[in-house]
Amino acid sequence: MGVPINPFVLMFAAVFTSNMVLSNFLGMCSFISVSKELKTANGLGLAVTFVMTITSVLNYIVYYYILVPLGLEYLIYIVFIIVIAAFVQLLEMIIDRISPALYINLGIFLPLITVNCAILGGALFLIIRNYSLIQSLTFGFGSGIGWWLAIVALAAIRQRLRENDIPVALRGSGITLIIIGIMALAFIGFSGVLRVQ
Amino acid sequence: MSALIVTLLSLSGITTLLAVLLVLADRIINNYGEVEVNINEGKKKLKVKGGSPLLFILAENKIFVPSACGGRGSCGMCKVKVLSDVGPILPTEEPYLSPDEKKEGVRLSCQVKAKKDISIELPEWLFAVSKFKAVVERITELTYDIRELRLRLLDPLSIEFKAGQYVQLIIPPYDQVKESVMRAYSISSPPSQKDAIELIIRKVPGGIATTYIFEHMKEGEEIEFVGPFGEFYLRPTSARVIAIAGGSGMAPIKSIIMDMYEKGIEREIYFFFGARSKADLFYLDFYDELQKKYPYLHFIPALSDPKPEDEWEGEVGLVTDVAEKYLKSLPPSDQEGYLCGSPGMINACVKLLTRYGISEDRIYYDKFA
Repeated sequence: MGVPINPFVLMFAAVFTSNMVLSNFLGMCSFISVSKELKTANGLGLAVTFVMTITSVLNYIVYYYILVPLGLEYLIYIVFIIVIAAFVQLLEMIIDRISPALYINLGIFLPLITVNCAILGGALFLIIRNYSLIQSLTFGFGSGIGWWLAIVALAAIRQRLRENDIPVALRGSGITLIIIGIMALAFIGFSGVLRVQ
Repeated sequence: MSALIVTLLSLSGITTLLAVLLVLADRIINNYGEVEVNINEGKKKLKVKGGSPLLFILAENKIFVPSACGGRGSCGMCKVKVLSDVGPILPTEEPYLSPDEKKEGVRLSCQVKAKKDISIELPEWLFAVSKFKAVVERITELTYDIRELRLRLLDPLSIEFKAGQYVQLIIPPYDQVKESVMRAYSISSPPSQKDAIELIIRKVPGGIATTYIFEHMKEGEEIEFVGPFGEFYLRPTSARVIAIAGGSGMAPIKSIIMDMYEKGIEREIYFFFGARSKADLFYLDFYDELQKKYPYLHFIPALSDPKPEDEWEGEVGLVTDVAEKYLKSLPPSDQEGYLCGSPGMINACVKLLTRYGISEDRIYYDKFA
């Protein structure tokens, strides 16, 4: 197993050239809903990065050391979701302990990280693309950082737009989707740098 | 077949393992050890297990901070002044705190968790609050939608309160309601009666508590309440009392008036009672009798919408308009306002009374929320 790509190149690629949200359009729901405030976006980004990094490794281990030996590869979706859900629960406890304000601010989106398709997507990518354990770790981490970067950038833009005169029909998610489109265009610029599949 | 068993076993195995890990994590992460709650600068110190909301910690230690919603952060009643740093004000508290309260460190005790040593300030009267067990001795229908409950105390056997204060009735779970709820009701009987209290309760369509009281409560059943609470009581001045109430807002005013009568307090009382039609009026005979014995009392019922068959000869109009008519003609005197009713009525009355020279800090009220 494994493809000869330097894990750090993979990480760089996950952040920029194949950004989870701006190139693969995964994790759009919370990307749009929690990007109103820079502070909350930052918190969610951090949480997603954390969950994605750890669950990538956990899911790698579960897949190759439990599912493959037992010939249960077809359970991949359900098992991955269970692993992610359990881990998010753990994260919820930790955040509640460390920062109750962030806990309340993230609100429903914290448990919803469970069904954030970027996280499941990341875990599935690393199986489909035959990454090694180290590659999975850097890929998961990079994907998380990429998502974090994207949501923080979007939140910053949206905060600045708040004072601007936006046509009534475009206010809210309308203008947000247009911004995301332009951001995605900008990220396409990176795709010439290196191509990783 | 074996494939099926392997699938089931491994799935449940993975799930169980994760569940066990979560339980362990919960033990470790949510364990705050023992924390100390310091009340009123050392007047009382509680050693408790950390991590749970202040409201529950205090209730476990027999200090009953008023709360109508039972700790869900939706009534905003359980305000407590926190002196130590417990982190920033949470978005759930934000809507219930005024700018002044925020500056003073007032927080909702159901939202603040005691994760480390914490010092708080509680009003003195709160220490007199306790939990009572009582039996529903009598249910009287006052109007088509207002009931009077008489609760005879079982444990403890007597209650000390100031006329005008309220208690929180604990409504047990019933039908679809799975958790007990607390609702605040003013005591309508005078404080001289220590072995029983009376409450006047109006039916709220779809209300959890009043549905229970109107449809399930039977005479002879046992019920619990917590109290007494509140800063709505007669201030010991010699000012003329302007009392305005509507519906079940009668309760605290009735207690205050009976208390004044029993103590022979020589202060003029004007009690304006608002209702829609005669069907909404109650206790008319009681006040007629009392006025004869107690000449300082002037009871003025006002109907906003009398029916022809009511043959009503008393005042007609909104209770605020009727009160204004009297306020205009009364000889000038030092006055205090005592109000009890819906928020809309209270706001209108506060406006009215301030116009007639009663400053806002001398207008006392109980707002139904």
